[in-house]
Amino acid sequence: MKIDMTVNGAAESHDVEARTLLVHYIRDEVGLTGTNVGCDTTSCGACTVLLNGESVKSCTVLAAQAAGDSITTIEGLADDLGQMDRVQQAFQDCHGLQCGFCTPGMVMAVTSLLRENPQPTEADVRLGLEGNLCRCTGYHNIVEAALAASSVPEMRT
Amino acid sequence: MIPARFDYVRAGSVEEAIALLSEHGDDAKLLAGGHSLLPLMKLRLAQPAMLVDIGPLRSLSYVRDENDYVAVGALTRHHDIATSPVAMSSAPVLAHVAGQIGDPQVRHRGTIGGSIAHGDPASDLPAVLLALGATMVVQGPNGRREIAAADFFVSFFEVALAPDEVLVEIRVPKSAQGQWGFEKLTKRAQDWAIVGAVAVRSSAGVGVGLINMGPVPLRASAVEAAVASGANAVDAAALAAEGTEPSADFNGSVAYRQHVARVLVRRALEKAGV
Repeated sequence: MKIDMTVNGAAESHDVEARTLLVHYIRDEVGLTGTNVGCDTTSCGACTVLLNGESVKSCTVLAAQAAGDSITTIEGLADDLGQMDRVQQAFQDCHGLQCGFCTPGMVMAVTSLLRENPQPTEADVRLGLEGNLCRCTGYHNIVEAALAASSVPEMRT
Repeated sequence: MIPARFDYVRAGSVEEAIALLSEHGDDAKLLAGGHSLLPLMKLRLAQPAMLVDIGPLRSLSYVRDENDYVAVGALTRHHDIATSPVAMSSAPVLAHVAGQIGDPQVRHRGTIGGSIAHGDPASDLPAVLLALGATMVVQGPNGRREIAAADFFVSFFEVALAPDEVLVEIRVPKSAQGQWGFEKLTKRAQDWAIVGAVAVRSSAGVGVGLINMGPVPLRASAVEAAVASGANAVDAAALAAEGTEPSADFNGSVAYRQHVARVLVRRALEKAGV
């Protein structure tokens, strides 16, 4: 079936099977491989993208369900000159990653969290990242990065 | 993991969904947010030949004050219930529990109707709706009918919906802030409850629901009766395991779960002001 959606502002149209998961549409059809498949069971959050501005786990959404919708992936955050957005920059500044596998999902989850709660407490951040697992950092610097990002005005929408 | 092949149809209305269900019978399955069904399909525990997607039907996404009760559209997402001013003021236990389900990503997709129709005894919302004495409104080829929450959960993952019926609304009796308690034991964030309990005082009295204490979501009837006849929280909660049939697994034995149920029911009752 033909599935149209907007990915990082660009119109996409691909002919895929109905059973195609959104994460595979993004990686294999659109060709954006920043979104990782981690657990593939709605647990780890590595595949988190924004669907109409809100975080979702793209391993548990059919591409068909997102037809007509707007998707933002990790590749859609930096500006046209490659300047990272405030959340990406905060992850770098705070060393909010080690191996980096969970990072795209973490960054997208933090982006969604800050849209819903622009000035979160540390507890808000820890609860808000409940759906994202990191096996390296112990989360400390990820939480620091989220809090640091919240103190920077959002430049893009 | 990829689901088995299926045909996908997006229904433009409830009536169209009912017509598709009538036409395709057991081969068709309704898809709302997909956060219960798609994981089962990826594991090939469910292999419907056709998915009828009702998720985009915005007309079934609302939380309204209807004077006597709060009306919640079946396709209202957990996130929207948790942040609804109407739910927070007139059905605070529902808003709270909706905000505890899964994680933010799950709450951005999962719907109350999908969760209820799935009939999982380990889910949080069925126990809340049982404790509140909610009413499910379902629509079929011959119009709408109402089903009491107490009659809705039939057996393990089976509810009282006919194959050609769609759950459209949940009517929740009003309750007040400070008149409810919700307790859930999990070992890890975002897990299902090993055992959970909810107590809430509404116009119908104090209702108590149990999560994951048998093949279906349960009311703690003995506890409710004890409270109604004046028992305090400690004495009433001692009856919390009556009529329960929890399964034993790596999270705990039957005796452990029944002990935890008594503890959580006591805490929930105390928070509800009993």
